[in-house]
Amino acid sequence: MDIFIQQLLNGLVLGSLYALIALGYTMVYGILRIINFAHGDVLMIGALIGLGAIHLLQSAFPSLPNVVVLIVATLIAMAACALLAGIIERVAYRRLRNAPRLAPLISGLGVSLLLQTVAMLVWTRNPQLFPQLLPLDPIEVTSGDITHAPAITNMTAIITVVIAMLVMGGLLLLVERTRLGRSMRAVAENPQVASLMGINPNAVIVLTFAIGGALAALAGIMMASNYGSAHFYMGFLPGIKAFTAAVLGGIGNLKGAMLGGVLLGLIEALGTGYMGELTDGVFGSNYQDVFAFMVLIAVLVLRPSGLLGERLAVRA
Amino acid sequence: MSALLQIEGVSKHFGGVNALSEVNLTIKAGQVYGLIGPNGAGKTTFFNVMTGLYRADAGRFALAGTPYEPSSVHKVAQAGIARTFQNIRLFNAMTVLENVMVGRHVRTRNGVWAALVRHRRARVEEADTRRIAQHWLDYVGIGELAERRADTLSYGHQRRLEIARALATEPKLLALDEPAAGMNAAEKLQLRDLLEKIRNDGRTLLLIEHDVKLVMGLCDRITVLDHGQVIAEGAPHDVRSNPAVIEAYLGGGVHG
Amino acid sequence: MSLSIAMTQPTQRARIGLVLFALALLLAPWIAGQAGGNAWVRMLDFALLYIMLALGLNIVVGYAGLLDLGFIAFYAVGAYLAALLSSPHLLTQFPALAAALPHGLHTSIWIIVPLAGLLAAGFGMLLGAPTLGLRGDYLAIVTLGFGEIIRIFMRNLDRPLNITNGPKGISSVDPIQLFGVNLARTQDIFGFRVPSVYLYYYLFAVLALLIMFACVRLQDSRIGRAWLAIREDEDAAQAMGLNTRRLKLLAFAIGASFGGVGGALFASFQGFVSPESFSLNESVAVLAMVVLGGMGHIPGVILGCVLLAALPEVLRATMGSVQQWLFGQVLVDPEIIRQLFYGLALILVMLYRPAGVWPASREAAR
Repeated sequence: MDIFIQQLLNGLVLGSLYALIALGYTMVYGILRIINFAHGDVLMIGALIGLGAIHLLQSAFPSLPNVVVLIVATLIAMAACALLAGIIERVAYRRLRNAPRLAPLISGLGVSLLLQTVAMLVWTRNPQLFPQLLPLDPIEVTSGDITHAPAITNMTAIITVVIAMLVMGGLLLLVERTRLGRSMRAVAENPQVASLMGINPNAVIVLTFAIGGALAALAGIMMASNYGSAHFYMGFLPGIKAFTAAVLGGIGNLKGAMLGGVLLGLIEALGTGYMGELTDGVFGSNYQDVFAFMVLIAVLVLRPSGLLGERLAVRA
Repeated sequence: MSALLQIEGVSKHFGGVNALSEVNLTIKAGQVYGLIGPNGAGKTTFFNVMTGLYRADAGRFALAGTPYEPSSVHKVAQAGIARTFQNIRLFNAMTVLENVMVGRHVRTRNGVWAALVRHRRARVEEADTRRIAQHWLDYVGIGELAERRADTLSYGHQRRLEIARALATEPKLLALDEPAAGMNAAEKLQLRDLLEKIRNDGRTLLLIEHDVKLVMGLCDRITVLDHGQVIAEGAPHDVRSNPAVIEAYLGGGVHG
Repeated sequence: MSLSIAMTQPTQRARIGLVLFALALLLAPWIAGQAGGNAWVRMLDFALLYIMLALGLNIVVGYAGLLDLGFIAFYAVGAYLAALLSSPHLLTQFPALAAALPHGLHTSIWIIVPLAGLLAAGFGMLLGAPTLGLRGDYLAIVTLGFGEIIRIFMRNLDRPLNITNGPKGISSVDPIQLFGVNLARTQDIFGFRVPSVYLYYYLFAVLALLIMFACVRLQDSRIGRAWLAIREDEDAAQAMGLNTRRLKLLAFAIGASFGGVGGALFASFQGFVSPESFSLNESVAVLAMVVLGGMGHIPGVILGCVLLAALPEVLRATMGSVQQWLFGQVLVDPEIIRQLFYGLALILVMLYRPAGVWPASREAAR
């Protein structure tokens, strides 16, 4: 039983991260029908900028409490990545709105490579130590016994999940209750008609990218905080998995992305945990990523509209 | 004249909407058959069901006496129904001639081995493909445009190219989805002449059209659909004076 | 993309072009050797391997229009097959095998290469089959997933049975022996001492030419037209009676087989294989070559390969000295320059010249 609880906890943390990242993919796909291949690398840049900001703050204001440093650094990174995502849309995707389907995909791949290159130049290829500014002391969730270790978590993990939930809730509020959110939904449904109503689709699209970028940066910093390191390639796998989550929940569908993210995290954690148990570690966490890919392939082939259904914009 | 296409009892619903209810259609060999009806009547749905794009909920289909399952688009084409598209779908990056050569694909055999080795039979087939494709281009009147890229043609010529490509598959039935869409009066006349020529050469044609004047002038028999059901079937002059048909077109008289 | 390269009736210009190309191919290693020594010839050897890969991917992406982001998996399959069949690894793992083969496992290259092609073709169909109904971007992601799955398996199949030796990879792979000549050793030919890299160059050049020949023949054929039709408009192609599922599988199989052949050659050339040579970045690199050169256009693809494989090396050599002169040290790692180029190439080509740097010429245009 304990492995279940432990993996449940792990899965929730993982899932919250995937959900945050998946939102970026799903919003962009819903309007433009393209997979933003650069999204995972925006996450990476966010984490690394956060790292830089933390170092800067700590050396400039050594008496600042850790929590404040983390918050400020996170906000800086989120702002930077919002800007970055907007620039990416403008430069790499806007001209290709009416190009054949493959063009924005390939362009996105190019951006992904570029971002990784920049990261390599500034932060080198080696993993960078990421200061874990929130407490990591284990908190027992279930008590152990002689045969089983207790299931544990820590403040960092708990805060990760809480913040992720709050932010996602906030986004839903924004989209469903505000005027801005209405504009976003209008463009997501039919950009042509939305522009006839006086909404500027380009502005909304840039905003969508920006929000996605900010969320990715947040996820990146939380990831780095949980695992203690950041490096130039850290965005690739989470990116793919988050896209899987978005498709799993129903592409274009915000709630779907959140559901898909959490679900994927749980599947991955529970799956690898139990497989590891069953095979005595032979097929364990080293095959973790295979799980996500299998889910991706299964969903796309068997139920491509996802669990909660697709929401795609009407094309001209 | 025997029945070339016999379709009975086709029904199709999308969610709660009955797009088609018990539609029957019989086309005799050599006929030009028209399918008309107001917007949303189900003409395109029927067309797509017939050619394998949608799966019918119920229906029996037979071509030249042989029943066929419209389960996959390419099998329907192989069986002998060739179609054109309302919004003209050509292979844009290929030349006009190459487009029609693709039409020959279904009646030819050259495979990978033939491609690599180019033995005698392969070369003969390839030369034939080219020759026959050119023949069809000449037939529809755009023979001299053979080496042009398909997307550089005028709208009217593109439509002819699409028809040539369909003819190259040697179909038993040529099915045209709103061929006159987007054409001006002059282009429509030319299209009508072409369709007359095809009919006079013994082909069987099925036409969905909005341009009722074109349909009335060309077709031997017409079926009228409304709300997914057949409301009239017969020769043009019978159909045009049928009160149910007039009513379906919003009572304002059939205008062309 | 014109299909009428007119191999059936080569024009004067095409003939001259071919002659020049053949000459360039023949003399390239000697010129490169003069300019940069064996290192540059070795780079040409890799360029040729990339050409084989890129031509394979060109069939899948350029002709049939299927964006396969996991293409490198077929390279990996061919490479690992070659490594397993001509290295001591399997013998060390399975003593029964070692006992049965006292002289070691040294499968001839004449068996390995075709076998690699066939195995890769099989994988191509296996991995392509689930993707047949997917739209373009989903197909890209699924193939990417497959590529990664293969790489993860290569990395981890060292337990319970050690087949791939995990992250350590398989080493001591036999070099290529042709007609008794060991290509890994400098050979005496007509009194000239020909280093190994030159020998490999000519072998790879021959195979690359064969693959090119196959591609040209396929392009200008019923099958090539069918692929192009699928790429342009799959629904219309089906309406014309094309069995698009089967044709797509065929494209996957043939494209993959070229990748497998390249992989087998690579393993024997390099002498070892490891899972890290077969990452997504490699798939994207090959894609960049195809895209940059001109999707579907063979001379363009070759140019793309040469540019993307050679240019960074050339720059490294020159920029290395420039940086030394300017800063007293080499600040920027050549690997980074290479990746920078790939990234820029992909973006700029898509934005400004989506048909590639050297697209097929169209007399038909106006």
